[in-house]
Amino acid sequence: MSSREDILGRVRAGLSRDPAHTSAVRQDIDTVLAARVQGPRPAMPADLAALTARFAEKSAVQSSTIDRVARLADAPAAVARYLKGLDFSLAAVIWPSLAALDWRAAGLAVEARGAVDSDMVGITGCFCAIAETGTLMACSAPDHPATVSLLPETHIALVPMSRIVPAMEDAWALARAELGSLPRAVNFISGPSRTGDIEQTIVLGAHGPYRVHLVIIEGE
Amino acid sequence: MESRSRHFKANAAASLANPVLQANLKTAKGKFVDKRAIAIKEIDDFEGSREAARNIRNRVLENLDLWLEKFEENATARGATVMWAKDGDEICRHVAEIGKRHGVQKAAKSKSMLSEEANLNMALTAAGIRPIETDLGEYILQINNNEAPSHIIAPVVHKSLDEVADLFHQVHKTPRKTEIPALTREAREVLREHFLTADMGISGGNFLIAETGSVALVTNEGNGRMVTTLPRVHVVITGIEKVVPTLEDLSLLMRLLPRSATGQSISNYVSVLTGVKTPAERDGPEHLYFILVDNGRADVVGTEFQDMLRCIRCGACMNHCPVYQTIGGHAYGWVYPGPMGSVLTPLYTGLENAIDLPQAATLCNQCGVVCPVMIPLPELLRKLREKQVEKHLRPWFERIALKIWAGVAASPPLYALGTWLGVRYLKWLAGGRDRIPVLGVAPGWTLGRDFPAPEGKTFREQYAERQGKR
Repeated sequence: MSSREDILGRVRAGLSRDPAHTSAVRQDIDTVLAARVQGPRPAMPADLAALTARFAEKSAVQSSTIDRVARLADAPAAVARYLKGLDFSLAAVIWPSLAALDWRAAGLAVEARGAVDSDMVGITGCFCAIAETGTLMACSAPDHPATVSLLPETHIALVPMSRIVPAMEDAWALARAELGSLPRAVNFISGPSRTGDIEQTIVLGAHGPYRVHLVIIEGE
Repeated sequence: MESRSRHFKANAAASLANPVLQANLKTAKGKFVDKRAIAIKEIDDFEGSREAARNIRNRVLENLDLWLEKFEENATARGATVMWAKDGDEICRHVAEIGKRHGVQKAAKSKSMLSEEANLNMALTAAGIRPIETDLGEYILQINNNEAPSHIIAPVVHKSLDEVADLFHQVHKTPRKTEIPALTREAREVLREHFLTADMGISGGNFLIAETGSVALVTNEGNGRMVTTLPRVHVVITGIEKVVPTLEDLSLLMRLLPRSATGQSISNYVSVLTGVKTPAERDGPEHLYFILVDNGRADVVGTEFQDMLRCIRCGACMNHCPVYQTIGGHAYGWVYPGPMGSVLTPLYTGLENAIDLPQAATLCNQCGVVCPVMIPLPELLRKLREKQVEKHLRPWFERIALKIWAGVAASPPLYALGTWLGVRYLKWLAGGRDRIPVLGVAPGWTLGRDFPAPEGKTFREQYAERQGKR
């Protein structure tokens, strides 16, 4: 007997599975999957401005820094300002989906590709952002390599204000509506990577970025 | 991992007598407890959320066979290979075979308690694959002669900064660093190289999502993302009980898991991974394997212990346990310490191999109160004690003592006489103090604590006297 049959057989025996009922239970399972019942959720503000304020507040709690600009076209200048403030060089790896913005005018040298170890700054967008916890949702795709938000020490994300949703449940609803099936990797990112393994003392910058900077685009 | 739970009493005594461990446990004590208390206040209806979480987990367990088939169907449809393992040896065989098939020389591992159950690292090394632990805590343990973790979330909670500083200095042959950020950066640099060169990533799975055939992976360090993004092959090793129905269910559970574990509103990285990379994608594994593991779980389904399978491995029960706080995790002798371990170890490794674990509890119910999926841990511990008695696993003197007690307690005159003698003996033993440091008839009881001395008369005597005065 295969291990699969052995394990499932013992589970069935434990549950006293009646083969006559199996198809009815399978239907119940499909009903549960179609219903997508939600559990209790914390109350969130209804209007977008308040939701954005909540997102910014919670992002700060997660040790992200936040900037706001009016239009998408203002984003490169905001990114350059941030990097200059840290005395960093104005070079970055960027999601190919964002390469069309005029980065050069802001003095930035960007390369649209997946990140490698030596990249110090990575610029990404996001699929949406979650106000409840100050979280970015990034979906992998050829134009959105997952490494850009992971390997560089500094991660900068552009967050269109209209893409801020109250909770994770809303993010899934958006993904189903716009993408159909899930992409290979959905990464929820809440601030820089961290560890508390040594004496439960939180240190930022474990294996991923040391800092996460969010540029909220109000007009998008 | 070979169980040392049989030697719990000796292990616990050694932990109590170890001044370094005691100092380290004191440093850790209360940190997780305080953070959790603050974090759960952010949830308007925390108790309602716990109930919802319990119901989600129960829904799957009640029809686990069919939910597993649903998960398997959806994962396979996205290009993953689903394998099954009855025990630790079969996990090791599967991973070694996968490694061989894809020419793997190095495997980067995110934390997986199941790989501890299976002793996977040893098997990989024997198969010519170099395993690298990448969770900072697990890495520290690996370079310290493959020491066992003492906590499921914070594996090196028993170690001090000084001990880690010495270890890095010796193993990395770098100048000794004493700042935690500097040590963390040193580990980052060593491990980054391994992430980039590993052919295989191995992870556990916090949840399996039936709806989409995905695994949800929760980490703070980002190592979970690294090992599932960079290597060509990704192997997920997870227990059969980890299935949840929908992404909505995951969303609810993610409000509870990080808050209960580390007191965070959310962990830094939550990854939901589905299938293999498309040809156009620049990163992600080309091959994805799920190894669904029994190792004792299937036989718990449908028993009076099924509630334990709801466990989402947050560690809140151990963080809040007065016994765990006092002796640390190693004394429990197997992979899972604290109250959850005192239930899981006898269930998965045999009641007779962990005879003292169900006793290693005061039944104060702190664990039951904080458990995010409402597992009645004290009740399960009590049931395990009953099983021990049913199977005649308790020592002969305890069985005789209980028989005598049962006889005395059932006879009012004998009970009155016994307690009359007892309180007088104890009062004499106390010699005017309110505590008895050495209990003559049962000296074992007072090895780690004093026995409170009685006032001098039994309740019955005092009651009779007061009735007489009326």
